[in-house]
Amino acid sequence: MVRFEDVWLKYRRSRATAGAAPDVLRGLSFEVPDGGFRWLTGPSGAGKTSVLKLMYLAEQPSRGRIEILDTFAGRASRRETALLRRRIGVVYQDFRLLAHLSAYDNVALPMRLARRAEPQIRNDVTELLRWVGLSGKLDHRPDELSGGEQQRVAIARAVIGQPRLLLADEPTGNLDDAQAERLMMLITALNRLGTTVIVATHNAGLVSALPGAVPAHRRRPAGWLKAEAASTSLGCAPPAPTGCCRCWSAP
Amino acid sequence: MSFLAALAIAGTLAAAILAAHWRGETGAALTIQVPAPNDPAAQGGGTRQTAVLALLAGNPAVSAAHLLSPAELDALLQPWLGATTASLALPVPAVITGDWSGAGPPEALRDALDAAAPGTLLETGARWAARIAALTTSIQTCAVAVLLIVAFVASAVVAVATRAGLAQRREAIEIIHGLGAFDGDIAGRFAGRATALAAAGAAVGTLLALPVLFWLALLAAPFAGFAPGATLPALPAPLWVALPALPAAAALIGWGTTQLTVRGWLRRLN
Repeated sequence: MVRFEDVWLKYRRSRATAGAAPDVLRGLSFEVPDGGFRWLTGPSGAGKTSVLKLMYLAEQPSRGRIEILDTFAGRASRRETALLRRRIGVVYQDFRLLAHLSAYDNVALPMRLARRAEPQIRNDVTELLRWVGLSGKLDHRPDELSGGEQQRVAIARAVIGQPRLLLADEPTGNLDDAQAERLMMLITALNRLGTTVIVATHNAGLVSALPGAVPAHRRRPAGWLKAEAASTSLGCAPPAPTGCCRCWSAP
Repeated sequence: MSFLAALAIAGTLAAAILAAHWRGETGAALTIQVPAPNDPAAQGGGTRQTAVLALLAGNPAVSAAHLLSPAELDALLQPWLGATTASLALPVPAVITGDWSGAGPPEALRDALDAAAPGTLLETGARWAARIAALTTSIQTCAVAVLLIVAFVASAVVAVATRAGLAQRREAIEIIHGLGAFDGDIAGRFAGRATALAAAGAAVGTLLALPVLFWLALLAAPFAGFAPGATLPALPAPLWVALPALPAAAALIGWGTTQLTVRGWLRRLN
């Protein structure tokens, strides 16, 4: 389960500027149950990435409470937080691949951190990279891959450890339609296996293209993601105004 | 750094060994001057010189009492007087040397000698031994200070290098941290490399210090002496234990400093 209770966020770059930093998110509250699938939509700058950063524990809220997979962020020890991160798969908007490692080694990283056996790593990584269409490029470094290929490596790295929570920030931004459809098949398959999935995108076409996707407010008003950015009004309650950050559920 | 540390350790060990050597020799030495040695003694029928010798012979704490012959006295005084004592017709006292093995200062002996031959002077090496001990202590304190400074500078160099490495690999570390790496895993990778580099560097520095140490030992040979049949002066045995420990100490400093630096840096990440 992912639960935000009255979460506020301001980016503190230093103690001196902490008080003056503007609020990026204000009073965000929502809940995503275990095994849920949510779209996080809104225009660029609406705060989607900030919400995801809070979910994958890259930022701490300035106020409020966050519960991720039965662990309260901020109360967990550093070791517990690291273990929690291993249960969260993240597809970053900018991929965040290690430039000096091959595609194979980038995807193998989460398994190596979890100290899995090398034969198992070899089987799983090879199979997954074959599935995303990169079986011929296992030894290629990121700078030898196209944007779409890098994105597929990033997606493979996010799902290789079969995470309980999958967060994706614009995961189809560099993919063609066929690849995007294939990726969404993978994500929905993981979701059916019990993984909670939250996908941030400003691509309304992608949301509507997913068969059966229904705006949450039609079925479950509580599913609305209520957020407010300092410069852009995100505060929304159903019916949502254009440009707000939405939380939709997939079937 | 290990080069300097090796020199500092060698200095403190050499000072300690030489001081112990000198303290043993001078601390136990007795020098007795008997003015007017051929005058009659205050008691008994002999001369003052024979009375003093008899007193020394009867004292179990005094050993190796030796009356310097006129030739030995001349050899002793000629550098200052420029001629033999006989030719200058100076009233030279009799000089007796010996070793003192008593528990404390020979004050009772001094009183007994003064009673047997008034004006007899008794000197011991205790004052010089105390000065040598003070000198040794100050040299050893300086050496310890040098070792501490070397350790501090080495630690600072490792910390700066580690921070530079962290800055260079910031993005990669953030990615690995985000994937759930423990702080210990990341710090361990840095510390392993720093430990190996520090140990290797210290081993090279220690090896480079060896020729200098032999050269210094050669300079000190007139004081410490050569082993029979040896072509090189012997280095003190404790130094052969301390030198191999330098790479281990450097490795420990490298490991500890890197662990602290990396873990402190990682604390800035959530």
